Amino acid sequence: MQVTISINGKKYTRLIEPDMTLYSFVRECGCYSVKCGCETTNCGLCTVWMDGMPVLSCSVLAVRAEGHEITTLEGVLEEAKVFTDFLTAEGAEQCGFCSPGFIMNVLAMKRELDHPTEEEIRHYLSGNLCRCTGYMGQMRAIRKYMEVEA
Amino acid sequence: MYSIRQFVRASTLEEAYQTLIAGRNNTVLGGCMWLRLGRRAIGTAIDLSALGLDQITEKEDTIEIGAMVSLRQLETSALLQQYCGTLFRDAVSGIVGTQFRNTATVGGSVYGRFGFSDVLTALLALPAQVKLYHRGIVSIEEFAALPYEKDIIECIILPKRKIPAAYQHLRYQATDFPVLTCAVGLLDDTYRISVGARPGRATLSYSGAAPDADAITQGLKFSSNMRASADYRRKVCPVLIRRALEEVQSCR
Amino acid sequence: MKYVSTAVKKLDADALVQGKPVYTDDLAPKDCLIIKLVRSPYAHAKIIDINTAIAQKVPGVELILTCKNAPRHRYTAAGQTYPEWSPYDRVLCDDTMRYVGDVAAIVAADTEKHAEQACKLIKIKYEVLEPVLDFETAKDNAVRVHDDDSFAKAPFGYAPERNLICTGSEDFGNFDEEFAKCAYTVDRTYYTPAQQQCMMETFRSYAYMEYSGRLTLVSSTQVPFHARRHVATMLGIPYTKVRIIKPRIGGGFGAKQTSVSEFYPAAVTWLTGKPSKLLFTRQESFACSNSRHQMRVRARVGCDKDGNITAISMESLSNTGAYGEHGSTVVGLVGHKTIPLYNKLKGGRFTWDVVYTNMEPAAAFRGYGATQGTFALESAVNELAEKAGIDAAEIRLRNIAEEGAEVFMTPEIHYLNSTGLRGCITRGMELSGWKDKPHRQVMPDGKIRGMGMAICMQGSGIANVDTASVELRLEDFGFYTLMIGATDMGTGCDTIFAQMVADAMHCPMEKIMVHGVDTDVSPYDPGSYASASTYVTGMAVVKACEKMNSLILTEAARVLACPQESLEFDGAVISSEDGTSISLDELASQLVAGPQTHQLVATASNGSPISPPPFMAGFAEVEIDPETGKTDVIQMTGVVDCGTPINRALARVQTEGGLSQGIGFALFEDVQYQPNGKMMTDSFMNYKIPTRMDTGEIVVDFSESYEPTGPFGAKSIGEVVINTPAPSIAQAVYAATGVRVTSLPINPEKILMGMK
Repeated sequence: MQVTISINGKKYTRLIEPDMTLYSFVRECGCYSVKCGCETTNCGLCTVWMDGMPVLSCSVLAVRAEGHEITTLEGVLEEAKVFTDFLTAEGAEQCGFCSPGFIMNVLAMKRELDHPTEEEIRHYLSGNLCRCTGYMGQMRAIRKYMEVEA
Repeated sequence: MYSIRQFVRASTLEEAYQTLIAGRNNTVLGGCMWLRLGRRAIGTAIDLSALGLDQITEKEDTIEIGAMVSLRQLETSALLQQYCGTLFRDAVSGIVGTQFRNTATVGGSVYGRFGFSDVLTALLALPAQVKLYHRGIVSIEEFAALPYEKDIIECIILPKRKIPAAYQHLRYQATDFPVLTCAVGLLDDTYRISVGARPGRATLSYSGAAPDADAITQGLKFSSNMRASADYRRKVCPVLIRRALEEVQSCR
Repeated sequence: MKYVSTAVKKLDADALVQGKPVYTDDLAPKDCLIIKLVRSPYAHAKIIDINTAIAQKVPGVELILTCKNAPRHRYTAAGQTYPEWSPYDRVLCDDTMRYVGDVAAIVAADTEKHAEQACKLIKIKYEVLEPVLDFETAKDNAVRVHDDDSFAKAPFGYAPERNLICTGSEDFGNFDEEFAKCAYTVDRTYYTPAQQQCMMETFRSYAYMEYSGRLTLVSSTQVPFHARRHVATMLGIPYTKVRIIKPRIGGGFGAKQTSVSEFYPAAVTWLTGKPSKLLFTRQESFACSNSRHQMRVRARVGCDKDGNITAISMESLSNTGAYGEHGSTVVGLVGHKTIPLYNKLKGGRFTWDVVYTNMEPAAAFRGYGATQGTFALESAVNELAEKAGIDAAEIRLRNIAEEGAEVFMTPEIHYLNSTGLRGCITRGMELSGWKDKPHRQVMPDGKIRGMGMAICMQGSGIANVDTASVELRLEDFGFYTLMIGATDMGTGCDTIFAQMVADAMHCPMEKIMVHGVDTDVSPYDPGSYASASTYVTGMAVVKACEKMNSLILTEAARVLACPQESLEFDGAVISSEDGTSISLDELASQLVAGPQTHQLVATASNGSPISPPPFMAGFAEVEIDPETGKTDVIQMTGVVDCGTPINRALARVQTEGGLSQGIGFALFEDVQYQPNGKMMTDSFMNYKIPTRMDTGEIVVDFSESYEPTGPFGAKSIGEVVINTPAPSIAQAVYAATGVRVTSLPINPEKILMGMK
């Protein structure tokens, strides 16, 4: 079936199978930042925004994204840089494989929550697994980022 | 690996229902969170997202939670908090992660009647009803016991009354499936207590005026799975019931 | 500007956080054949017949390999240096299936769907055999896991007829006599499960043929040079026919020290001439790759009335699963990286059995046996301290080795050049509040807090085995290219080597390019494992820089026509005592032009006769709900002696990450099997690693020492950081509840059911 999906402000029209996931779709459109880490909705690596809301692209059917605006890290690099400068200063990207999905959820959190507590931050981001860092360096970077005026 | 032959975005519930019953392998899509886990060969996948079922609506005597309402909406709804306190927030906030809860739906959770379902456990503690397109309105406890049949959940109906309610759950790891869940609701001196993840499907385990945590536990069936043994579950069950009761009594 | 010992940003950091396509799957050609594997549903079975006729007819199917037509050269997949201490017990597609997930057939098709479809249509008739699923009864079991022509190249005592990879013992003094003399003793048996590495990027590789008829494999590997040998051996082709390229890697933790996905695209591309790709699913990564060795360790420890630990015995049994990668070497660290912590030893014993079973193969995982040994020995020492009435930290302070001391029961080191362990313990005591807080405290809400601690060591490379070569080139206009074979897997070794070059050559880091690994052009390096990169490869970098400095002076002396001894090089300019000078840029440009051309290239190799141990002390504070047993980590404190931390930010993050993995090992991570041998915990849904809500506060500091044999005084840090959480958390749980959990993970059920 033919679908048209808007990714980072650009429209992509493709002939797809109905069972194609949004994850596969955005990668086929060149958004390589989006990674797959688990296939069971547990890791958060495939996080993209659907109308500004973070979702797991591995569990969204591409066809269901029609009519919605999809955003990947490639589309918000400037906004992300404010955060990632803190992140890389900590060395807390480590292998980097979980970074794009994690960054997308951090930016979404910043937009959604006003002055969250440490516990609220950990809770909001609990669906983003990282096996390298033990999360502490990420948390240091987040605390600095949350202090930046929007 | 799963497969879908055809995708239909239904424009009416009638269309959705007719499509559903038209083929054995036709199915209604919920949040699709675990679609990939299965090896189902789906004929026609029916999408309800164009039907306006994604709202929590305040009616005159009731609150309607549409089938396509996300778990995240349950978690953050001021309306639900006003009437049921933190019941729903506490019930769903340990489920996987924010992104998951943004797309997982109430309809999918309730229809699935999974043993580990936090949502089902929470709803059972309330005098909730399930509105099915074909069968009509049934109580949540009746629905929980029904076999899987081809029907469409339209919404969950709650009475618009303040119901002191509490949710307790035990998870080894913060976002894992629960090892045991328990919810308590209090309406007109009647306690409704549900226990889930035993690991069997949640049931309304007690309804009455004088709940005794140990006696309720004795009447329940527990089994073992990879997360915990039946003996352990039996041991912590009265603890969770007692804690939920205390919470309800304190917010009375 | 000085870079060593500062927090320099990683060279690849910006590309990674911008989501640039730098990992294996991002780089694969779009027209790759897609490979899928048909895996055995049985733990032990013989393939009686396998029919691919129908599968072959699926459109787009290019190749199907089974035991009938696959190459049959025996190999090991372990990434280990000559003489390879792992048995040659694999062939690509065997007719015997040795665990649930063993490969019965390889399918390559134009699309994933077609490959999946063909997999389903392959008809296999199995004769189901009795499996060995209990590692405690595997040795000399009537059922043989490997009844074939498997063999070993190194003399480690391989005995497949007994289901044994190896067996042996070592003694120091007379353990039995010394143990009998002890005033206080502990004798306990500990169990640790087969922890999963869980790097976020699963195993993946793709291959293509080059113009010259050579096979190029791009792979997410920690061991490119070993992978070259693995693949060539498996195909029975000369090593010259294979090239391995390592892009950025999404984590490894030892899992990728064994070749896993590499073999299949290699075979498909070699046989079809077409590019091919294999991505392991997460399920395959869990159930069909490798894990930590499941172990049972009986630890006996004794001390005199003053707490001097004089007798230690460690008897270990290790489960290597269906294939023997790293089996004989992992078990060595159970004793060799634990017993030497205690320096007043008079009698020691270390024994080991490593057995085959019909379970997922075990191989390398951060800590590599030391993790299992540390849980056993440190738990026993904690219990011993209690019996002797001595504080757990104090008994360590009384028994650890000082700098210069002779070290016992390890072949890796004889004398201790450097140790900051005493400082690790005392600093850890401060940071955790060890002396100020009660070790058991009932909180107002009824929950109970407990505290516990442990110490540990590891190695820095493998003594007399690991080597590394590097090549430093002076390029035109005076910048440097550093060619290395060490594999940055996200840890940042490319960056720390650049820091070393910048300091050694007195130049800004912007003047240094580091090339990732390509076996065609990189100098030989066994890869990144055994905590070797910083110490072993780092020292080769230092040596190459020394050579380069000298080469630059020689060439400048020639150009300036003055004696070399009169010249000084400050990193930018070479100047003589009489005032003449030439800039490095100018010299470098002259060196690559005209008939006098002579590009300066400094190569250096490094191997070490010793493996100096990094040390660590870990302190755990937990809070337990006494009505459910639910345990929360409040704070995990770790103080590390890694010699000089080359990059402070990266060393800290490594430590925090290792502690977090250790917390998972201690509390949640549990590999479970069904009675028929199928793994149940084969997804992140059922195998739980810590989220950021589970780790509590992780507090890290360093107790620096200076290792004279290491680059800038550095030792390793990669592995030592995972060992202390399990024994310190176990002790904290005991302090709070009185329940000693000796079998990991320490879950709420074990605690509650153990409480009186």
